[in-house]
Amino acid sequence: MNDRLLHFATRYGFLMLLAGLVIYFSVMAPGFSSARSAAFILQSVAITGILALGVTCTLVVDGFDLSIGAVATSALMLSAYSMVILEHPAIMAVILCLMMGAFVGLINGILIVKFRVPDLLATLGMMFLLIGLQRIPTQGNSIATGMALADGAVAEGTFSAGFLWLGRHRFDLFVDRLVPMPVVIFLVIAALIWLFLSVTRHGRLMYAIGSNERAATLVGTPVSTYKVVAYMISGVTASIGGILLAARLGRGDIASGNNLLLDSVAAALIGFAVLGAARPNAFGTAMGALFVGILLQGMTMLNAPYYTQDFVKGAVLVAALVFTFYLSSRRTGAGH
Amino acid sequence: MQEPVLHISGLEKSFGRNDVLRGIDLSLASGCVTVLMGANGAGKSTLVKVICGHHHADAGLMALAGKTYTPHDAADALTQGVVTVHQSIDDGVIPALDVANNLMLDKLAAPGAATIVHNKALYAEAKDIAASMGITVNLRSQVSDLSVADRQMIAIARAMARAPKVLILDEPTSSLSAAEADRLFALIDRLRNRDVAILYISHRMSDIRKIADRIVCMRDGAISGEFADKPLDYEGAVNAMLGRQMSDVDLSLQQGQAAVFQLQGLTLWPGSEPVDLTAKDGEVVALVGLLGSGKSRLAEIVFGLKPAAAGTMLIDGAVYQPSSARDAVSKGVFLSPKDRSTNAVVPDFDITNNMLLPFLSRFSSAWMLRASRQRARAQSMIDQVGIVCQDAGDGISTLSGGNQQKVMIARWLVEPCRVLLLDEPFQGVDIGARRDIGRHIRETAPGRATLVLVAEIDEALEIADRIVVMSEGTVTGEHRNQDIDMAALVADISGGESPSMQDAPSEIRMQ
Repeated sequence: MNDRLLHFATRYGFLMLLAGLVIYFSVMAPGFSSARSAAFILQSVAITGILALGVTCTLVVDGFDLSIGAVATSALMLSAYSMVILEHPAIMAVILCLMMGAFVGLINGILIVKFRVPDLLATLGMMFLLIGLQRIPTQGNSIATGMALADGAVAEGTFSAGFLWLGRHRFDLFVDRLVPMPVVIFLVIAALIWLFLSVTRHGRLMYAIGSNERAATLVGTPVSTYKVVAYMISGVTASIGGILLAARLGRGDIASGNNLLLDSVAAALIGFAVLGAARPNAFGTAMGALFVGILLQGMTMLNAPYYTQDFVKGAVLVAALVFTFYLSSRRTGAGH
Repeated sequence: MQEPVLHISGLEKSFGRNDVLRGIDLSLASGCVTVLMGANGAGKSTLVKVICGHHHADAGLMALAGKTYTPHDAADALTQGVVTVHQSIDDGVIPALDVANNLMLDKLAAPGAATIVHNKALYAEAKDIAASMGITVNLRSQVSDLSVADRQMIAIARAMARAPKVLILDEPTSSLSAAEADRLFALIDRLRNRDVAILYISHRMSDIRKIADRIVCMRDGAISGEFADKPLDYEGAVNAMLGRQMSDVDLSLQQGQAAVFQLQGLTLWPGSEPVDLTAKDGEVVALVGLLGSGKSRLAEIVFGLKPAAAGTMLIDGAVYQPSSARDAVSKGVFLSPKDRSTNAVVPDFDITNNMLLPFLSRFSSAWMLRASRQRARAQSMIDQVGIVCQDAGDGISTLSGGNQQKVMIARWLVEPCRVLLLDEPFQGVDIGARRDIGRHIRETAPGRATLVLVAEIDEALEIADRIVVMSEGTVTGEHRNQDIDMAALVADISGGESPSMQDAPSEIRMQ
């Protein structure tokens, strides 16, 4: 009986908690249970969710990517630089950003598999490097149309309408202009990564690497390649996050995206607790991001002050980790 | 028998629906080595974990030196005088510290110990402890630089610094060479003379014959036999452990067909003698040798993990030069490595995915895995190899060690290959599972050359058509597995002079 309860709790406890929260806020905060509110929540978690899905891939191969936040802000600055100063079209800016993300992931992967730098340290180093690098071309300034350049000229380029569409367009769904473009992109990426990790053989082999790298090597898995690919996925998704952020803001704001790293890592780690998986998984990550979004939106509607938000996120993360590691160790530790 | 130091009665422990210990009665006397034997899954490890405070018993009593003993955790068991040296040695030592600090670790960690460490006094005291235990290594050398045996000695010496009443050794020789094991036995003799009650857990008959004063057998969570009268009835003990009569394996020896796999002048290390070897289609060849004889090196070279110093390998007459494990697998050379938990088992996966891991591409179309095809194949392998499990989708860690090993062997029988290497396929496996694995390997042998790398002669005799002996990086002898001259075989293994034959074969400790 006790065992079954424990099993049920580890498996569905988190989702039940999520449902409970939704019901509580719906009752307590009028307007919470509306389509607009749901779209707002989704929009608020879309970008961190996309980053979290990338970091999930690195967690699957037992790695970690601390550089995602810096990659996203670098993409933000790069897209602004490309369009405003170099006067590139939107498509060019997007391609540059995606290539930058893939390249950073490649370098991360090479540092880790080739030069044997521990993952946390390699990506931490990369994070510092990128935070510094993105400030150099503009002498530490934000980028906006009309800004003065070093040579005295004025930046003439603008964020094109097509680019802004990526961040600001809203699709009609029951209500006019309801679902924002970033939400659609988030859902598509979530579905793709979920499929990739759970039903393709590549995903399966990545989980094998994360669980026992030596065993995976000895069955002929190209472990290094998979690890590099995981970091490249992480880099690309982070740059997508950065592009969407730029498209929403409409300027290359140097101070944006400070919270991206912590929020997305938290979402991925909270995801461990979903369905009792006790390991990184795309569905859990998406749910983790959503959980944080719902909690913050509900609290905001109940007039909780903004400065309590980080505390609440931290508390949720710690609780989810206890849930994952303590309960699942009680469940599986019953072997001999 | 003397007054028991540790007395256990009616001990029960279950995990969920699984009753692991079903009423254990056991007494340990001081100055006596009690060997605990039991097949995989008999409950030995659980019993040890209850005694050393890691698990709590569901029912039953334990008494230590006449007083009730209910350790609430492992540290409590230690302070009460029950010391356990676990199977994985690195649990017992801190590799980054030197020998003296390791020996004194418990003193350093004790509550109320001085904050500032007096190095001089520490080394002096460590020296005394080392001397009393017969440890000769430099006290200032770092433990990570020492051999496995030395580390084990230090783990035991550290335990002895607490003057324990009961010492539990869980399969202590599983990673020691013969000479190293002898040193361990000498140490155990010393401890016996100091009136410590010793519980020694092992599978190895050779160890047991050397040190047992008394044998207790466990089966299915209960004591199935006790043997204390000299001379000890080893055969009876094995029967009590297995619950059935041991029988010799009858092999129908195969000559083998065409040569499949050839080594020509293969040099394992620069400067060692070259190896020449031919394995034929359908033949099972056992490579037997001591630790450092080069058989594991040979496996690594054949599987593309290490380069050979010189020489060529041929498969079906064509030159074979693998660049990686992946390359080897694609060329039809499979290796089931030793130490399954480190090298083979993916603990997060179920039985199906563990078994089919090397061949996932065969069970997917485009990138998508075909779950039903995977399942069907895994189920048919489970039936063929005789893996005892509820469901092919169960987690691998729900299986006993022997069944996990069966899954690891089955992994490489899923697809046909030209050369199959099995490195220590019977490691940590009880005799029943060992027979199942051996039978299945022989049944599937036609169509490939099979090389089995084992340390124990008994295991080679059970499975091979031909036994090839390795020593110091080269082949020192070859015997067809029929009316083998044991004396000559043993002489080949030890690399020259023949030791006294009354001990052979199972007394000979090989790794």
